[in-house]
Amino acid sequence: MMRLPWFGFRSPRSIVDAAKILAAEGPQAMLIAGGTDLLPNMKRRHQTPATLVSLRQIEALKKVANGSGVTLGAALTLNEIVANAAVRERYAGLWQAAAQVATVHLRNMGTLGGNLCLDTRCNYYNQNYEWRKAIDFCLKKDGEICWVATASKRCVAASSTDTAPALIALGASVRLVSVQGERDVALADLYKNDGIDYLTRRADEILTEVKLPAAEGWRSSYWKLRRRGAFDFPVLGVAAAVRTARDGTVEDARIALGAVSSRPFLTKGGELLIGNKLGDDAIAEAGAKVASAAKPMDNTDLDLYWRKAVVAEFVGYALREIRGDEMRETRVRIARHAL
Amino acid sequence: MTKRFDVIGKPRRRVDGRAKVTGLTRFADDVMLPRMLHCKLLRSAHPHATIESIDVSRAQARPGVHLVLTGKDFPVTFGILPVTQDEYPLAPERVRYVGEPVAAIIARDEQTAFEALDLIDVQYRPLKTISDPKEALATPEPRIHSYGEQGNIHRLQALEFGDVNEALARADHVFEDLFFYEGNTHLPIEQHASVAAVDGEGKLTLWSSTQVPHYIHRALANALQIPPAHVRVIACPNGGGFGGKCDLHNHEIVVSKAAILLGRPVKICLTREEVFYMHRGRHPVLMRMRTGVTKDGKITGMHTQTLLDGGAYGGYGAASTFYTGVLQTVTYEIPRYKFDACRTFTNKPPCGPKRGHGTPQPRFGQEVQLDRIAEKLEIDPAELRLSIVAKPNTLTANWLKIGTIGLAECIRKVVASSDWKNKFRKLPEGRGVGLACGAYLCGAGLPIYWNKMPQSGVQLLIDRSGQVTVFCGATEIGQGSDDVLAAIVAEVLGIDAYDVRCVTGDTGLTPVDLGSYSSRVTVMMGNAAIQAAERLRELIARAAAEHMETLPENVGFAQGRVFRADDPGKPMSFREAIVLAEEKFGTLGSVGSYSPPRAPGRYKGAGVGPSPAYSYTACVVEAEVDRNTGWITVPKVWIAHDIGRAVNPVSARGQVEGSVYMGLGEALMEEQVFRRLPPKLSNALVHKIPSLLEYKSLTSLDMPEVFTELVEDPDPNCPFGAKEVGQGPLLPVMPAVANAVYDAIGVRIDELPITPDKVLAALEKKAKGETPRVGPESFPDVPYPEPMLVPPPWEGGDGNSVNTPRRRPVKKEALA
Ligand SMILES: Cc1cc2nc3c(=O)[nH]c(=O)nc-3n(C[C@H](O)[C@H](O)[C@H](O)COP(=O)(O)OP(=O)(O)OC[C@H]3O[C@@H](n4cnc5c(N)ncnc54)[C@H](O)[C@@H]3O)c2cc1C
Ligand code: SF4
Repeated sequence: MMRLPWFGFRSPRSIVDAAKILAAEGPQAMLIAGGTDLLPNMKRRHQTPATLVSLRQIEALKKVANGSGVTLGAALTLNEIVANAAVRERYAGLWQAAAQVATVHLRNMGTLGGNLCLDTRCNYYNQNYEWRKAIDFCLKKDGEICWVATASKRCVAASSTDTAPALIALGASVRLVSVQGERDVALADLYKNDGIDYLTRRADEILTEVKLPAAEGWRSSYWKLRRRGAFDFPVLGVAAAVRTARDGTVEDARIALGAVSSRPFLTKGGELLIGNKLGDDAIAEAGAKVASAAKPMDNTDLDLYWRKAVVAEFVGYALREIRGDEMRETRVRIARHAL
Repeated sequence: MTKRFDVIGKPRRRVDGRAKVTGLTRFADDVMLPRMLHCKLLRSAHPHATIESIDVSRAQARPGVHLVLTGKDFPVTFGILPVTQDEYPLAPERVRYVGEPVAAIIARDEQTAFEALDLIDVQYRPLKTISDPKEALATPEPRIHSYGEQGNIHRLQALEFGDVNEALARADHVFEDLFFYEGNTHLPIEQHASVAAVDGEGKLTLWSSTQVPHYIHRALANALQIPPAHVRVIACPNGGGFGGKCDLHNHEIVVSKAAILLGRPVKICLTREEVFYMHRGRHPVLMRMRTGVTKDGKITGMHTQTLLDGGAYGGYGAASTFYTGVLQTVTYEIPRYKFDACRTFTNKPPCGPKRGHGTPQPRFGQEVQLDRIAEKLEIDPAELRLSIVAKPNTLTANWLKIGTIGLAECIRKVVASSDWKNKFRKLPEGRGVGLACGAYLCGAGLPIYWNKMPQSGVQLLIDRSGQVTVFCGATEIGQGSDDVLAAIVAEVLGIDAYDVRCVTGDTGLTPVDLGSYSSRVTVMMGNAAIQAAERLRELIARAAAEHMETLPENVGFAQGRVFRADDPGKPMSFREAIVLAEEKFGTLGSVGSYSPPRAPGRYKGAGVGPSPAYSYTACVVEAEVDRNTGWITVPKVWIAHDIGRAVNPVSARGQVEGSVYMGLGEALMEEQVFRRLPPKLSNALVHKIPSLLEYKSLTSLDMPEVFTELVEDPDPNCPFGAKEVGQGPLLPVMPAVANAVYDAIGVRIDELPITPDKVLAALEKKAKGETPRVGPESFPDVPYPEPMLVPPPWEGGDGNSVNTPRRRPVKKEALA
């Protein structure tokens, strides 16, 4: 069995205490929520924090607040998100994304906050210590070269969170709390296009909650590409949210992509739809626009050119589902289960 | 013939079922002994290098470390086949793949051992690496091994049964196709684990996840140079084997040696990565198939050429090489057959036997090619196959003896259940069905080391308490062999299967059985068990007959009772009958053994392929293929397997469905692939994805509905007629998927796995008017030797070769 390195363990009961510990321990300390990302990484010696600060005992992080929108505590598990009626009814894109993370067991442990702060992934990096030694490591950890793009000064590991693109399309923001105070940032701004330094969050900050704006008039959808019906991280995530007038004219639209860059990001595809109806041509045009922004690299499962080639098709799935087309059969074929 | 059975053929919970589902089964990793130490192996980070020096002093000085071993501690080579003793437990001078063990640390716990690995300093001098067979052929130097045929070629075979060129010249059509089958691994859920301990007398016991305790016993004693009588190997129940636990593995020798040196038990549990490095799985095989057919679809002759990527060591490779050709002849009538094979060494983990051992690759080629032939001749592929199915009780061109063959019935069954006639070439675009068949051994005719002793032995203990204990060296690897053993003994003695205790896979207690490989256990162990049980029944019958004042032949055994067959109204209990027998004969016991019939072929190489019986399978797969993305979905599979007789239909169906599961994985996603870094920057050649997450195999959500039918045509060579079911049903699945994809969307993917990117690439070719196919484009020049000529039985041969072939020298270009 692969074993964890030694570490100290703290389990504060309040956000304030947790923030104090982080401030005192410095970057040697790391937060742990469900541990479903961090612990496997520690076994492979990607991260070897001196101290783990657990969020499990902090009840304040597990709240759901319904207002004009919804506020979700960062330590809610993904299955708690999936079971939440408000999410299911009003934020279908988030619901579909959360329901497709990993497996049911991992969703029982994994949290929303952990999902948003998930380490970037690359199949030169997500390997155990001995394997990485055999390639003399890489830029992201212990090495000098990025093996995916040897001329690159930057790590191009893939952002692999499912909920982030869905939440970005829904216009979510997050709250970050530290001993110095708190700040709210648009979720899209939490991310940087850098496989190593992929978050704008400071090491002493805790992501405490996710705020979703009111959902009136919006419909959303998330389509995930992965090899199998469970376990696999996305190798493409397409999230769309569209607000239409009564006559079907698009008033506002956002299309976000995941897993094709070191960050999840908003594309220009949504803007193209505004003022139009969701006709086949408009959908195809938006698909092409979104696809042009996808920059998959050869560091995940499945052929990279193929992953790029199917982006537009996946955008079509999402928009047609929002339009109200019958997509269940396609969904079952792609996701291997109904959503 | 119409005998009623009480146990055989009844669907039952298997005898080890409760322990498995309640977590009571003790796997090797569950073995905990007092004062046990833990072992970790330092594995090479270099694909090909000489070891200049190893300094273990820092590791040795680490608190908690008890022992550090290196190649110096293991002077003797080993290898599972007597002809290929090419491995060292720890590499002394040369490493040949990333992951090869170089040193071992034995420490108080796993963590300490792991941390000490980094304290061993090894200096390597990198060598040029070889990553695939084409490179191996083009790069004779440096040689990965100094033995073998030449350069980096490990094995060459060439056999010709009748003049195939003449047969092809006579044919109305000759089909020539290239196929590639990517390598893949066994993926047992249980990772290998072993515990070694010495007793007060210094004798060694090894508990291990192994399919072949007898072979391990022999090879381990030899590797450690200790008398076999002082070694006991216990095969713990395996959490799946599939061929990956058939070799003697480095770690088994290392912990044994460490236990002897330290006088304390030593345990090792491999990580999933390490299991990928040990591998011994499916060989990647490039194939060329030439087949001549008449216009009504009769095969006139067939020529199969294979090129195997063997990885860094021999292992079972010499046998695998043969298996990429020898079983091509047992499904259909093939009057002439030629077979050339070549296995190369490469700097990757060694390949070996995986479920179907060497035969799924050429079966894939043959069945896809038949689909093409049927299309060209405008014959329904099911009808075509039905018209050429081999006949029962015949010899094949390469002198294999076919006994019963239920293949036609299998084809008819899947054609009917899948509604084939209304689906094939009739479903809307994007949906299709494909059909394929397969055949497999029920036990290899010969053991891996030459001997004339039985291949399976069974011993029975029975006493006045009424208990029946059966001892056999066969190994329960999850396939249900203990259940088969209990059922057979119970049937013969007329008792309940759950009243039989099985003691299996322990070389210190059980008679020799060669192990759980080549689908041999039901047939060989089963026949031995019948013999042992019948001998005992005979004694009990004689004692009971005396008591009941009748003849022994008139004594019946059923449902735990012993009675007069002509007057069953006054039975005695089985236990009472045993008491009578023990009074009359003294302590009771019996043995049975089995040796397969002698094979008719007498040419050199005729030893690979013969079997007491062959099992047959037919399969229809339905596929849906998205024309915009190439995405493939398999909604349903229909499969019929000729099993002779199902000992326990529940387990038999489980094996069939498990085969479909594995087959779909191989067809659609599994691949053991490697990555080379840019050579200017690095010498690395690594397994691309040695993890359960990234090495893709189906999840339960990806698994389609499977409709299974068993065809029961009892085979006289088999116990109660029961043939194998562990491997055969895998074979037709992969080609049936390929044929279904073609029916759905009109593109041929002639290489496995069939992935959406390949489908899309083929569709793009189709749109451009090019041949809508993705697959290998060329076959390299392989220095196959002049073939050994063996006339087929109907051309007047006696099973011997008529020439003494010479090896063809390497071509100049190949050396350049
Ligand atoms: C086999 C497998 C498959 C997976 N598949 C998927 C998948 O398909 N899609 C997917 O998105 N993910 C997947 N995951 C990753 C993971 O399970 C999920 O992303 C999960 O939501 C992570 O949450 P967690 O609470 O377990 O995070 P943790 O492991 O506890 O933390 C992850 C990271 O976030 C930081 N962190 C956690 N909470 C906070 C917080 N409140 N504030 C600031 N930082 C925080 C941690 O310090 C750490 O760096 C998979 C994991 C495994 C092992
Ligand atoms: S993208 Fe490059 S630097 Fe980043 S993890 Fe992969 S190989 Fe390493």
